[in-house]
Amino acid sequence: MNQTAPSAEVVAAATARGYWSTVLARLSRDKLTVTCALILLGVLLMAICAPLLAPYDPFKGSILKRLLPIGSPGYFLGTDELGRDMLSRLIFGARLSLVMGIAPVLNALVIGATLGVIAGFLGGRINTLIMRTIDVFYAFPSVLLAVAISGALGAGIFNAMVALTIVFIPPIARVTESVTTQVRGLDFVEAARASGANNFTLIRVHVLGNVLGPVFIYATSLISVSMILASGLSFLGLGTKPPEPEWGLMLNTLRTAIYLNPGVAALPGAMIFMVSICFNLMSDGLRAAMDVTQ
Amino acid sequence: MFFYFIKRLFLVIPIAISVTVVCFSLVYLAPGDPLSAILPSDASQELIDRLKQEYGLDKPIPVQYAIWLGKAVQGDLGTSIATGRPVTSELGRAISNTLILALFGSLIGFSLGVIFGTVAGYRQGTWLDKCVTAVAVAGVSVPHYWLGMVLVILFSVTWNVLPAMGAGPGGDWVWDLEHLQHVVLPAITISVIPTAIVTRTVRALVADILGREFVTALRAKGLTDFGVFWHVVKNAAPTSLAVMGVQLGYLMGGSILVETVFSWPGSGFLLNTAIFQRDIPLLQGTILVLALFFVTLNLVVDLVQTGIDPRIRRA
Repeated sequence: MNQTAPSAEVVAAATARGYWSTVLARLSRDKLTVTCALILLGVLLMAICAPLLAPYDPFKGSILKRLLPIGSPGYFLGTDELGRDMLSRLIFGARLSLVMGIAPVLNALVIGATLGVIAGFLGGRINTLIMRTIDVFYAFPSVLLAVAISGALGAGIFNAMVALTIVFIPPIARVTESVTTQVRGLDFVEAARASGANNFTLIRVHVLGNVLGPVFIYATSLISVSMILASGLSFLGLGTKPPEPEWGLMLNTLRTAIYLNPGVAALPGAMIFMVSICFNLMSDGLRAAMDVTQ
Repeated sequence: MFFYFIKRLFLVIPIAISVTVVCFSLVYLAPGDPLSAILPSDASQELIDRLKQEYGLDKPIPVQYAIWLGKAVQGDLGTSIATGRPVTSELGRAISNTLILALFGSLIGFSLGVIFGTVAGYRQGTWLDKCVTAVAVAGVSVPHYWLGMVLVILFSVTWNVLPAMGAGPGGDWVWDLEHLQHVVLPAITISVIPTAIVTRTVRALVADILGREFVTALRAKGLTDFGVFWHVVKNAAPTSLAVMGVQLGYLMGGSILVETVFSWPGSGFLLNTAIFQRDIPLLQGTILVLALFFVTLNLVVDLVQTGIDPRIRRA
C-alpha cells in the first residue's frame, strides 16, 4: 500500500544519512552562511520585538534635538532631521523594510512557480502562451519595470509590492519552467505515469518534489535584489510615505542632512547593505549545501 | 548564420509590439483620469470634453492605441501635459545625458571587472581570489543609491574635491574638465553592479579556460605565459563582451536611482518628474524609448556574439 516508505528506508540505508540532514550538516560547517543566518535572525527578532527594544517613540521628535551626531548622550545613533531617535527608527524600520523586501518574492514564488509548473508540465500551446507572455517582461530592465508600474499605480506600500511582485514573477516562472521540463522527461515520471498516476499526483509527488528545491534557492537569491529595489522605490518616494520608518525612505529624507550630519544620513543605507549582503551570502551557502552533485 | 540573423530580427517584432502595448496600458493602470493632473477640480464638463477631444481621449481604447502607435512610429510621442512641449524634444537631451553616464559606467565596470576577474581566475583559491569574490558579492548587494550618497559625503562634503550635483553648466554634455568632474561620482556609483557581474563572469571563464586540455597542450609545446594569456583572451572575449552589452542596457534603464541622487539631468530624472507630476505622455514616452533601446541592444549583443564567436553555431 504505502510505496514511499520502503524506498525512503533504502535510500537512508544506502547513504547512511537523509538528504536534509546532509544539507544541515554541510550548512553547519559553513561558518559564513551560519553567521549570515544569525545576523538575519537577529534583524528579524529586532523587527518583531521593535516596541520592546526601541528606546524612544520612532514618530515623536523634538525640534531642539535635530540632527544630533552619532554617540550623543541618550541618543546612541543620533537623531534625524526632525529630531527623532535614529536607533528607534532603524529598529522600527526593519519591519517595513523586511516585509517590503521579502513579501514580493514570496508572492512571486507562489504565482511564478505555479505558472512555470503548468507551462513546463503541460507543454504545447499552453507553454507557448505563458512563456511568450513572460518574454514581454524581459524587454524591460527590472528597475525600469518596477518604477514604471509603481509610478503608474501611484505611491504606496501596497502598490510598490504589487510592482515588485510583477518584476519577480517572470524570472521565477522561467526557472521553474526549465526545471519542470527537464524533470518531466525523466524516466521515473514515465514510470509513475505507466503505473497509473494521474496528472495531479505526478505534479504533487514527482514534479514539485524535484522542482521546488532549486526554485526556492533561486528565489532566496532574489530577496537581496528585492530589498534593494523596495527601499529604492521608497527612496524615490514611490513606496512608504513619511513619517513611516522605512530604511529607503529614511535615506531619502536624510539626503538634505548629508552636509550637516553625514554619519547619521548614511546609517539606513548601511542597514539595507548589511541585510542584502547577508541574504546574498546565505543564498550562495544554501545553493552549495543543497547541491547533490557535490 | 544569415538565416539566423533574419529569424532573430523577425522574432523581435512581436516583442517590440508587446512593449508598445504595455507602455500604452500604463495609462489605464493609473488611478483617475489622465487629465486630472492639469484640470482644476471645479472644471466644467464642457472644458473636460474639449480637452478630451484635444488629447484624443474620447475615442475607444483600441483606436487610441492605434493613433498613439501611428504617431510614435513617426517620432511623435505626444505633448507633455506638464510642460506643453513635445515629449520627443524633452527626451532627446535626457537620453543622451543618460547614455553618457551609462557609457562611462560601462567603461569603468568593464575595465575593473576584466582586471579583477582575470586576476582571480589566474590565482584561484588564494587570498587575492577571495578578496575579489568578496568585492563581487558586495557589488551586487550594495544599494547603489546609498553608495552614491556615501561617495558624495566623502568626495564632496568631507574632501571637497568633486561636485555632488548635476551634469555641469549648460545641462548639455561637453567634453571638458568641468563636465568630466561632474560625471566621475555618478559613473563610479552606477558601475558597481556591472563591475561585480563582469568580475564573476570573467573569473569563471578564465578558470574554466585554464583548466582545459588545450591550455595544457599549449604549455607543453612551450608557449610563453603571455602566449597562453592571448588564447585565454580570445576564448573569454565574446561572452564577456555580451555580458557587458546587456549590462549597458540595464544601466540605461536602471539609472533612475543614481540620477535622482546626483540630480543628473537624464532619462531617469525625467521619469521621476513625469511620475510625480502625473505626466502620462512623458511617462509612456520615456519608458517606451528606454525599453525599445533595451530590446535593440539585446538584439545587437546577440547578433554580434553570434558573429564573432565561431563556437556558436545557430541555425
